[in-house]
Amino acid sequence: MIIYPILIPLLFAIIIVFFWENQRVKRALSIISTGLLMVVNINIFLLVYREGIQVVQVGDWPAPFGISLVVDLFSAIMLLTTSIVAFLLAIYSVSGIDLARRKYGYFPLFQFLLMGVNGSLVTGDLFNLYVWFEVMLMSSFVLIALGGERTQIEGAVKYVILNLLASTLFLSAIGLTYNLAGTLNMADLALRLQAVQSSGQVTVIAVLFLVAFGIKSAIFPLFFWLPASYHTPPVTVTALFSALLTKVGMYTLIRFFTLLFPFESEYTHTIILISAGFTMLTGVLGAASQTDIRRLLSFHIISQIGYIFMGLGLFTEYAIAASIYFLVHIILAKTALFLSAGMVESIQGSFDLKKLGGLYKNRVGLSMLFLLPALSVAGLPPFSGFFAKLGLIIAGLESKQYFIIGLALVVSLMTLFSMTKVWNEAYWKPPKDPKYLDQHNQVSVWRWVPVIIIVVLSVLLGLLANPIFEVCQMAAAQLMDPTQYIRAVLGAVR
Amino acid sequence: MQRSIILPVATRYLMPLMLVFSIFLLLRGHNEVGGGFVGGLVAASALMLYAISTSPSALWKLLPLDPRFIAAIGLFISLFSGFIPLFYGKPFMTGMWIETPLPVLGKIGTPTLFDVGVYVLVIGVVVWILLEFAEDE
Repeated sequence: MIIYPILIPLLFAIIIVFFWENQRVKRALSIISTGLLMVVNINIFLLVYREGIQVVQVGDWPAPFGISLVVDLFSAIMLLTTSIVAFLLAIYSVSGIDLARRKYGYFPLFQFLLMGVNGSLVTGDLFNLYVWFEVMLMSSFVLIALGGERTQIEGAVKYVILNLLASTLFLSAIGLTYNLAGTLNMADLALRLQAVQSSGQVTVIAVLFLVAFGIKSAIFPLFFWLPASYHTPPVTVTALFSALLTKVGMYTLIRFFTLLFPFESEYTHTIILISAGFTMLTGVLGAASQTDIRRLLSFHIISQIGYIFMGLGLFTEYAIAASIYFLVHIILAKTALFLSAGMVESIQGSFDLKKLGGLYKNRVGLSMLFLLPALSVAGLPPFSGFFAKLGLIIAGLESKQYFIIGLALVVSLMTLFSMTKVWNEAYWKPPKDPKYLDQHNQVSVWRWVPVIIIVVLSVLLGLLANPIFEVCQMAAAQLMDPTQYIRAVLGAVR
Repeated sequence: MQRSIILPVATRYLMPLMLVFSIFLLLRGHNEVGGGFVGGLVAASALMLYAISTSPSALWKLLPLDPRFIAAIGLFISLFSGFIPLFYGKPFMTGMWIETPLPVLGKIGTPTLFDVGVYVLVIGVVVWILLEFAEDE
């Protein structure tokens, strides 16, 4: 069962290549594939929710020797969220991606990217994780450069170089790990690392992984590639990256520091907390100076990553649960923001706040699609962002980390300020150029439907916060008790 | 410019040799040096030799399919080899072998099929990339 999230995108990528010239069939296949993926992932989620951690030993090789695929509740939540977003993005792509990009392999790359993401979420093997990250990165390299506009290539170069550096660090860390523990199966590794005497080496490895995934998930001070590159491709691609790539980096960090390095808490978790604080702050300050909606939202990605990271730094069960809830919240809300910005661009032809204006007067519905997720990101009740931040702050109070709580609240206020700025400029003020007002560009229904669905989902996540947060707490309980994971993979603990 | 006659004539002899050798490499794989990737590269270089000595468009005519379809078919064969064990209730990609070795081919199984897929995929991708470059000129 749990191997299908990897196989479905691969199979459909192959089929799509056979229909290279036929745009209609390609986009239909893309929607069918992601829809199927979503159904499968709902089933996986229910299975894991009812019966606990699921394991498959690929190729029938027993656990520490072969590659294990493991899905616990955390993975299942991430699989489900990403596949919902992928499905909606596949629908949005019908109108959100121009013909030239569709002709040059956008659809198969979309599938390969999903395969990489799903692979990273289900694998239980360190080297296999590296391979899936490469699958993901290769697809993203091409997606970010596809189209070949001048700014795009500039952004792509920065993106590629920094991510290759991260991959090199990741690979070196894997090498050191193997040298130290003699295994790369994550469950086996968790056991062996407990027994390793020289904890100095373990700390070095932990920090290497922290830097490698820190670059990939854009934490302070390693985030520079993100605002330099995320605004260059079409907004659909940006939404895809923002929903999947940095979040998978975050998923991996949470997985590593709960499963592999839970005993390193003193040293690394202080680093994590400090970095989390700076990530939140620099992200939101960077956003304040931007006038391009996409750049502004890209800086907010960084700022929000800081909150998730803060939950990991606090490292209590409640904090991890809040981080997981925050991950789901931000994936939905951020995608909604990017996609509604894409709708604005399709009407007024610009992302520049100085040129935009008057949208609220003519298009109330469209404005709501921005306002609701924006308030959610800013953390106003009753939206999901409020409960996510509330969870983190309660967790912070419990562990008496008052400084980071204060910072989180200040940043939250500044996020609200930043979102108000977008609202004032793009939706309220009259446009500079009056020709924008009497434009009657229709937004394609292929954009309306997915954005409405994702905004509704985002609102529901806030209204149903209680039961959803309980599931996150179950996931966090599984994460904080690695023996469950180890027993599921290796059988009885030796 | 006068075309050298040496290369086309040599290619006429080299190309079949390289293709046969690539299949030898493909089948020799698994336990010994060789396999689908190397075999595919040798076969693709044979095809490229043909393209260089005659012309890229001649290679287009020689190929039964568009190279990107060849690549997709290869990928599909490899994927399919992983699916076979699922029909027998075993996990994905479990290696399954036939009981008695066949003449010439030897003992084959699902990993052989996987390698055949890689072989086809490598030919497709390499030819695809190089023909794409040749067209630009």
